[in-house]
Amino acid sequence: MHHDTPEQLQEKARQLVAEYVSKVDDLKPKERTKIPSQDMPAQDPEVRVHNLDEVALGYTFEQAQVEAIRCLQCVKKTCVEDCPVRIDIPGFVNHIAHGNLDQAAGVIKEASLLPAICGRVCPQETQCQQNCAVGKALKDVEKSVAIGRLERFVADWERKTGKISVPEVKSATGKKVAVVGSGPAGLVVAADCRREGHHVTIFEAFHKLGGVLRYGIPEFRLPNDIIDKEIQTLSAMGVEFKTNFVVGKTRKLKDLMEKDGYDAVFIGVGAGLPIFMGIEGENLVGVFSANEYLTRANLMRAFDKGHADTPIYQSRKVAVLGGGNVAMDSARMAKRLGAENVYVVYRRTEVEMPARKEEVEHAKEEGIEFLFLQNAKRILGSEDGRVNAMECVRFELGEPDASGRRRPIQVPNSEFMLDVDTVIVAIGNGSNPLLTQSTPGINLNKWGNITVDENQKTSMDRVFAGGDIVLGAATVILAMGEGRRAAAAINKMLAEEIERERKQ
Amino acid sequence: MAKILLKKQLSKDVFMMNLHAPLIAEERSAGQFIILQVDEDYGERIPLTIADANTTDGSITIIFQVVGKSTLQLSKMNEGDDVPALVGPLGRPTHVENFGTVVCVGGGIGVAPMHPIAQALKAAGNKVIIIIGARNKDLIILEEEMKAIADELIICTDDGSYGRKALVTQPLKEICERDPKPNMVIAIGPPIMMKFCSETTRPYDVFTQVSLNTIMVDGTGMCGGCRVNVGKEVKFVCVDGPEFDGHKVDFDNMMTRLNSYKSIERESHNCYLQSEIEAKEMK
Ligand SMILES: Cc1cc2nc3c(=O)[nH]c(=O)nc-3n(C[C@H](O)[C@H](O)[C@H](O)COP(=O)(O)OP(=O)(O)OC[C@H]3O[C@@H](n4cnc5c(N)ncnc54)[C@H](O)[C@@H]3O)c2cc1C
Ligand code: FES
Repeated sequence: MHHDTPEQLQEKARQLVAEYVSKVDDLKPKERTKIPSQDMPAQDPEVRVHNLDEVALGYTFEQAQVEAIRCLQCVKKTCVEDCPVRIDIPGFVNHIAHGNLDQAAGVIKEASLLPAICGRVCPQETQCQQNCAVGKALKDVEKSVAIGRLERFVADWERKTGKISVPEVKSATGKKVAVVGSGPAGLVVAADCRREGHHVTIFEAFHKLGGVLRYGIPEFRLPNDIIDKEIQTLSAMGVEFKTNFVVGKTRKLKDLMEKDGYDAVFIGVGAGLPIFMGIEGENLVGVFSANEYLTRANLMRAFDKGHADTPIYQSRKVAVLGGGNVAMDSARMAKRLGAENVYVVYRRTEVEMPARKEEVEHAKEEGIEFLFLQNAKRILGSEDGRVNAMECVRFELGEPDASGRRRPIQVPNSEFMLDVDTVIVAIGNGSNPLLTQSTPGINLNKWGNITVDENQKTSMDRVFAGGDIVLGAATVILAMGEGRRAAAAINKMLAEEIERERKQ
Repeated sequence: MAKILLKKQLSKDVFMMNLHAPLIAEERSAGQFIILQVDEDYGERIPLTIADANTTDGSITIIFQVVGKSTLQLSKMNEGDDVPALVGPLGRPTHVENFGTVVCVGGGIGVAPMHPIAQALKAAGNKVIIIIGARNKDLIILEEEMKAIADELIICTDDGSYGRKALVTQPLKEICERDPKPNMVIAIGPPIMMKFCSETTRPYDVFTQVSLNTIMVDGTGMCGGCRVNVGKEVKFVCVDGPEFDGHKVDFDNMMTRLNSYKSIERESHNCYLQSEIEAKEMK
């Protein structure tokens, strides 16, 4: 696979800017779609498999401008319709095309609070970029305007130039909001409620903030600096943080309200319950949930073997089970930790893989091997209880199932052995019952997710919920969207209460 | 952060600390544990049982043995220092009621977590027989405290330097042969001890509860690193336990899993000791 170096990409972009920027408002759609789409500059695969630095380096200003000029500024904005938080995409892209980055940032911020994060991790190819007219015209969704990269570019520019301002906070209302969990849903609720002048405390079970952004998604995809910056902003706004605090254990949810005087609670505790295959050999030494493997490497910093006290398994040949982002992250982390062969074992085909396309491409470049239409049947161990092989079985695709994906059917007598010493199970997360079990009165659905109304309100008075604990393992942007909705409802409830109290 | 209010050395490698953690002191029950870190950036998350708690001064008591780099670092901290990260109480509390006669077997450092349980059982009206086992006299902890609770106290050492020269399973077997046999046994200590206590009581059909100390990361049911086979089920020790029916626990698998990182840890421990020695030589 050949890729231009960052320098080559920049040189080409410079020439294109010179050609197009003067007539940015006068180009015909045909001319715009002819402008080549801009590749993301990336670290060389051979180099990056030995470090934890970010793989995608981000557009230069010129690349961003060229990419933005490709946008047709459609009247029917399918991209906006397909964005879970309805960012005015043509609006901010047009500002980039004209070089007005300040204004571009302003437009994004109206709808999204975490653009540097979403620009990096959203599955754009199934959201805003899916029905982009440019992609449609070129009959290739990969040729759609790279909205996510542009969003990231603007957010990074804002951060790097020190332009991020601390949002204004209204004068204190005397109301207190407890936010349980510091993932994207919780962070957004904290920001939105604090802005209205309420006292906000985030309670986090772990010793570090950020939820999956910190413990799950590796730094080669989302550097910690970016999460730190978001948290610094919240802190500057006056949000209070209590880490090492497990609501339901350290304190019951109802005690936060009854004893500690919180007027509203938002539950954003994520999914956080690893699902295993339930196959023979799964408790052998060398079998890990992706959560455990990634938490050791990311949160506990086991990648930094010289400093970290938390150990991580030394692997030579690794099988990762699953086809989502979690599987990609585990596989690529295993490679970086020194594994020679890493196999992603997935029971369907590449088309059905839920992982972000860019991550799959990056994984392939890094030498991850994909075993499609195969699945683990049992894991075998040596005398000393350590994994030394995995028996797999082959599948073929049958009729589409309820999700519209073609159902994989096992091929009889197709078993074979894979030589591995480590198995990472990344087939999904259920909802962690720790908080809900200790909170009688909160209604759940049959999968253990908290049920909420259209305002994210739960069955309990003054208690709201959102993100993965409501949706099941979903996405950052959906968690954020739910957080915004919950915060609006909390703010409304508290404002009405303040008004009532004033009248009395 | 939790301030160290009191530190005591109980034996050569065993330390006791009282930590300021008022919320945990208020919420905890016998059988639960905490997780602490001596360094929030690079430190391991170490699970330790809450040996006692005091709601008046808002403190919890932990008792730990120096077994690796992190516990060695903890042992070097002093009164007035802050433990950077402390979270809890985690796990399920011990189920306490009046069972009748309960035998509490504590091996080595396992006597520490046994103490609050024995206390609670006694308070619930049980006849409490306590067996303490250790390699030698120096390693016996909390003898006085246990004596104050026990209706009968038996001490065994492997080398006979104190009490009976025996493994804890011997007096345990004798007690199981009494008429009436005990209603329940609780065993806490090294995995191998808990395994053999369970084997000892199995023929007498005396329910035996063990408290497992697996590898843990989060302690909230998020990673599954602490999983064990209990009967036909896979359980997470941090949220489903730490106590389980000893007759159903697959101890062999648990012990193998405990050794997952043995070679790596020894390296880290050695490395650290080595650098300590070098530092001393430099001075
Ligand atoms: C490895 C991995 C890769 C992913 N990649 C992507 C991606 O590329 N793009 C994308 O859009 N999505 C991705 N996701 C999914 C995405 O991260 C989640 O959908 C999102 O983080 C959910 O946000 P949340 O706020 O609901 O919860 P989380 O991010 O899960 O945060 C919940 C927080 O609550 C804390 N908590 C839990 N219980 C308690 C309690 N009782 N008391 C206090 N605190 C508690 C947890 O410790 C955690 O910090 C990925 C997920 C994983 C695991
Ligand atoms: S320690 Fe992670 S699930 Fe128990």
